[in-house]
Amino acid sequence: MSTRDEMLGRIGAALAGADRRPPPDYTYGAVTPLPDIADTFVERVEDYRAVVERVDPEGLADAVVAALDGAARVVVPPAMPAEWLDGFTELTRTQVVTDDGALSADDLDRFDAVVTAAAVGIAVTGTVVLDHGPDQGRRALSLVPDLHVCIVLESQLVGDVPESVAPLRAAVEAGRPLTWISGPSATSDIELERVEGVHGPRNLHVLLVRDLLVHDTAPDTAPDSARATPA
Amino acid sequence: MSGTFLGMPKFQAAAPEALANSQQRRNLQHATHTIRDKRARVVEELDDWEELRQAGAAIKDNVLSHLDTYLVQLEESLTRAGATVHWASDADEANRIITSLVQETGTDEVVKVKSMATQEIGLNEALEETGIAAWETDLAELIVQLGHDKPSHILVPAIHRNRAEIREIFLSEMGQVGTPPPGDLSADPRDLAEAARVHLREKFLRAKVAVSGANFAVAETGTLVVVESEGNGRMCLTLPETLISVVGIEKVLPRLEDLEVFMQLLPRSSTGERMNPYTSTWTGITPGDGPQQVHVVLLDNGRTDALADSVGRQALRCIRCSACLNVCPVYERVGGHAYGSVYPGPIGAILNPQLRGTTSEVDQSLPYASSLCGACGDVCPVGIEIPELLVHLRTRVVDEQRGGMPSGEQIAMKGAAWMFSDHRRWEMAQKGTELGGRAMKKKDTIGRLPGPLSAWSDARDSPTPPTETFRSWWKREKGGQS
Repeated sequence: MSTRDEMLGRIGAALAGADRRPPPDYTYGAVTPLPDIADTFVERVEDYRAVVERVDPEGLADAVVAALDGAARVVVPPAMPAEWLDGFTELTRTQVVTDDGALSADDLDRFDAVVTAAAVGIAVTGTVVLDHGPDQGRRALSLVPDLHVCIVLESQLVGDVPESVAPLRAAVEAGRPLTWISGPSATSDIELERVEGVHGPRNLHVLLVRDLLVHDTAPDTAPDSARATPA
Repeated sequence: MSGTFLGMPKFQAAAPEALANSQQRRNLQHATHTIRDKRARVVEELDDWEELRQAGAAIKDNVLSHLDTYLVQLEESLTRAGATVHWASDADEANRIITSLVQETGTDEVVKVKSMATQEIGLNEALEETGIAAWETDLAELIVQLGHDKPSHILVPAIHRNRAEIREIFLSEMGQVGTPPPGDLSADPRDLAEAARVHLREKFLRAKVAVSGANFAVAETGTLVVVESEGNGRMCLTLPETLISVVGIEKVLPRLEDLEVFMQLLPRSSTGERMNPYTSTWTGITPGDGPQQVHVVLLDNGRTDALADSVGRQALRCIRCSACLNVCPVYERVGGHAYGSVYPGPIGAILNPQLRGTTSEVDQSLPYASSLCGACGDVCPVGIEIPELLVHLRTRVVDEQRGGMPSGEQIAMKGAAWMFSDHRRWEMAQKGTELGGRAMKKKDTIGRLPGPLSAWSDARDSPTPPTETFRSWWKREKGGQS
């Protein structure tokens, strides 16, 4: 008998006569109402000692350049929106390389910074979630360079963890990985004193872009209150 | 069974030694209090914490009572996603599978992301026997590994070490297995973390094979989940060509949505954060992203035995958050090593005897390593009734000891029953204690007792008997009136 059949047999025997319990009576995906979802997100990301800024769409290209803080070599995913990188034309000394999938881990280690988009931002926990679509790139890209500049749109924000799973389902079903990021790499392993920066990027810079006027279905609503009671 | 008292051997022998280590006691007190206060603060932020706990318990109970169905579903989803599934009955079988998978790649080293399951099966030692070096990459695990030490906490395995000790370990050991620390290394946690970063980066960048555990495995989609802080997990899960994950069969969750419950319960219970810095999920193989060889080893190693116990089964709900350790007055004083297992503290006291059986002295002793104060059950995010299970397991240990030669404790208890059953015998015994009390007037406590009582008194101080019993005081003062 194979180990598989043996184990399944043991489980069957262990459960013989057991009370087979139903799934819980629990409402998944509940909406967490917040007075201002963007404010909460910013406050919670700051709590992790990450840098977070709110910017207008037209100010984004300059904000990206400023966030890169003089990094000499920058890597970006294959489908980064071109207008996000407009600021680079003035920066002759920054080399921006688009990942073609051929860069090795050692190659990636020679970049100072990476710029990516995100899939979802979770306000209550201050988390950005990457689903590694073409504007976010493969996982190694946002992992090896020491500075991660992550661009999140206000329309991508959700209140709390329960609302975050549904928008990520399609990526998971397509076989893509997810990376949930809450602040920079950190450890508390020495006397429980928090130290930022161990193996992952030591610096996380989040740019939260005001885009609700473009995306919101109720154009009359002011950006700050648009998601106070999410539909 | 040796001549030691029932339920008293290994833990009770290890505890006094740990208690005598005042440095460790100070480290532990600081650490457990810091973390339990943080946990209490972030739990308070959620209005629906109790509902979440109940949902967590109910999801796990649903999984456990249909484990056969969900495991087969997980196997199908993983296979469809390009992963190879292996089944392992016990530690030896799991180690054999993993060793040969590593050997097939032709490499002689693996990087590891902290995993309770691989510690449980002694994977590092098994790999080393075949000449494969296994590098632990979590900072605390690195400290433990370089210090030739054992982990003493589920979440912060080097909690018993302070910064000065860690500095010494790094200076003497790091250079022998890779990049050495700078000669002027200070004991500042920042500098120590930086030394670990440099030391491990070299290993991450060249590694061809990684071994991980998994916090959750979603049956519906075949998605594995690793929750961590440092990014060493992301490095291991992303950079190597081959990834081998060892997953206890109780880690299954039915649906992707179930993650919303556990991604709230776990970080808040374990590190006292709203969310841990990094969570990675992967679903088999993703072309062009991460390892292109993905293996999953589904591990039993005693879990089906625990499943067969209708009361004990709930211990398999455990999500390894370690909240129970941080509130336990016993753990706080003796630390994790005294439990003789990778699972210390209250959860270890109920999990080990179920996974390993109650044949060894240490597993017989663990259900007694508790004051039954109940704090562990109160904080458990999946509602495991740990105190109830401790009593349940004590019953099991006692039941298994019946028959054969009576133990010292059983003889003593028989004698006590004989004495208590007649008031004249009781008064005679009390006369004896009065005499003893007068003889020891100057002392508050009795130290080590002679002969068969020494095993009891090794770990306990007994108060000296009073010089006068209540009964004789009453006779003297009230002249026997009632």
